[in-house]
Amino acid sequence: MHTKSRDNWVAAAFVAPFVIAYLVLFLYPTVRMIFLTFTDAPLIGTGGWVGFKNYLRLFNDKAYINAFWNTGYFVLLTVIPNTLLGLVFAMMVNRQKGYVQSLILAAFFLPYILPVSVVFRIWEWIMDYQFGIAQYALDAFYGERVAVFRNKAWAMPMIAFVTIWWTIGFNVLLFIAGLRNISQDMYDASALDGANRWKQFRFITWPLIWPVTALVLTIQLILQLKIFDQLYLLTLGGNVNNTMVLVQYIYKQAFQLNKGGYGATVAFSLFMIIVVVSVLQYQVLRAKPR
Amino acid sequence: MNIVKIDFAGRLITLVTLAIAIVWAFPLYWAIITTLKPEFEVVQPGINLLPKTWTLESYAHVLTTTKIGRWYLNSVVVSVVVTILVVMMGALCGYALSQLRFRGRTVLWFTVLASFMVPIQALIVTHFVLMSQLGLINTWLGIILPQLIVPVVVIVYKQFFDSVPKDFREAARVDGAGEFDIFLRIFLPMNWGVTTALAIITFIGAWNSFLWPFLVSTSEDTMTITVGITQVKDNFGVQYARNLAAAVLAAMPVAIAYLIFQRRVTQAIMLSAGIKG
Repeated sequence: MHTKSRDNWVAAAFVAPFVIAYLVLFLYPTVRMIFLTFTDAPLIGTGGWVGFKNYLRLFNDKAYINAFWNTGYFVLLTVIPNTLLGLVFAMMVNRQKGYVQSLILAAFFLPYILPVSVVFRIWEWIMDYQFGIAQYALDAFYGERVAVFRNKAWAMPMIAFVTIWWTIGFNVLLFIAGLRNISQDMYDASALDGANRWKQFRFITWPLIWPVTALVLTIQLILQLKIFDQLYLLTLGGNVNNTMVLVQYIYKQAFQLNKGGYGATVAFSLFMIIVVVSVLQYQVLRAKPR
Repeated sequence: MNIVKIDFAGRLITLVTLAIAIVWAFPLYWAIITTLKPEFEVVQPGINLLPKTWTLESYAHVLTTTKIGRWYLNSVVVSVVVTILVVMMGALCGYALSQLRFRGRTVLWFTVLASFMVPIQALIVTHFVLMSQLGLINTWLGIILPQLIVPVVVIVYKQFFDSVPKDFREAARVDGAGEFDIFLRIFLPMNWGVTTALAIITFIGAWNSFLWPFLVSTSEDTMTITVGITQVKDNFGVQYARNLAAAVLAAMPVAIAYLIFQRRVTQAIMLSAGIKG
């Protein structure tokens, strides 16, 4: 019988395109990145073996540590607000009906499909120091105009806000799907028992939506650790060190300072941070079904 | 009796909802309306929610003085090729994982699942080295290749192929159909919806991707539109309306794709998050 080996060949034909792409464009670059971390190679070209020197350097590199904390700060500013606000918006959308519901959902969701460059242009214009429309509000409520993306204190929270404006639609969609899976009967029954809105939320919605909340938190956390695009664009021309984050530091070391080996080490550290965080978060969230 | 009891709290929530939705959509409105004003009006003090003079001057300027046509072409080619390849590779591999028994199947499946976690951003350094060794910096292929690793497409296809009843496959086998026939004539057509959804979301993702195209295209001629509109500056005069007009043009294809395929986009987002719906 040749069936077995024939089956293997047929299967090989099916998986070949993906597997080849995967080996060449994913596995090989990953292995090569790890190899690079032990060298002092420039971006293009070979370098000498330096052992763990790059790793030791990470711990003494103030700029790296700064980028690490900035990334953490950004995660703090985005992950939980984006998740909770997503849930609130989803509940708001969910109680509307018909075309009103579609319109409101569209308002929350449309920004999500925009390219980051467009988001950047829109907010650069709204926040423009001279002519931006938001400066009227700053003038009125804060007392003076602020070049928000150039200002150390303002930049991160504002970029976090822009990120939430841009990406919340994704979370809203997931939460709406989750809310629709909660049976209306439970609300009706609790209303008969005299439960008010808050009690319904606390004892029905929140516990039953928790799996979705956990999923959104996980997706958000991993996503925001990789922050680069909008932050890079919005802070162009300012003092980049104010808002330097990890992916940006990879870019700076490898592409601007031509330190391929050290850049790869920073990249590998990000890789490890994401692996550790996802494993930890999985453990924590799984243990908390409230 | 309280038959006419009015739900004040409910009404208040509805009002707040409407207000927030308007605030949320306002930046989009403001950006579009700005592109329809002449530049001198854009920088006038005061808030004018509608242009005093309607004009398409900023669009004309962008279309005639930048390489936006070229960037459009680059973006279309890159996004279409990425979409076709990602969906094709994902469908084939998903089919094998779901329907065929072969050596290394479990290993392959766990590799796909594990790679879910790896941040592609961490690979920019070695991707760049690889592409430069292959001589692909500033080429379409160089922009395309690193965007082809999308394991979630494989995972989604596997899930959907798993739920196709076994009878279809067995009946076809009895009729003497080969695996390729079964894949093309039964499994793929039965899951067109998934394919459409995945294709649209992959297209939008490829069109919107920034970091990699930004790194690999340094010449104005090979930039995609998302990179081009941020990198190339006009060196004279006020240009708020022009910059925004370029942005509106860049967003147009994804906005249109979304408006036409709303349901599919929504479905695809659920799928990519692991919610089968």
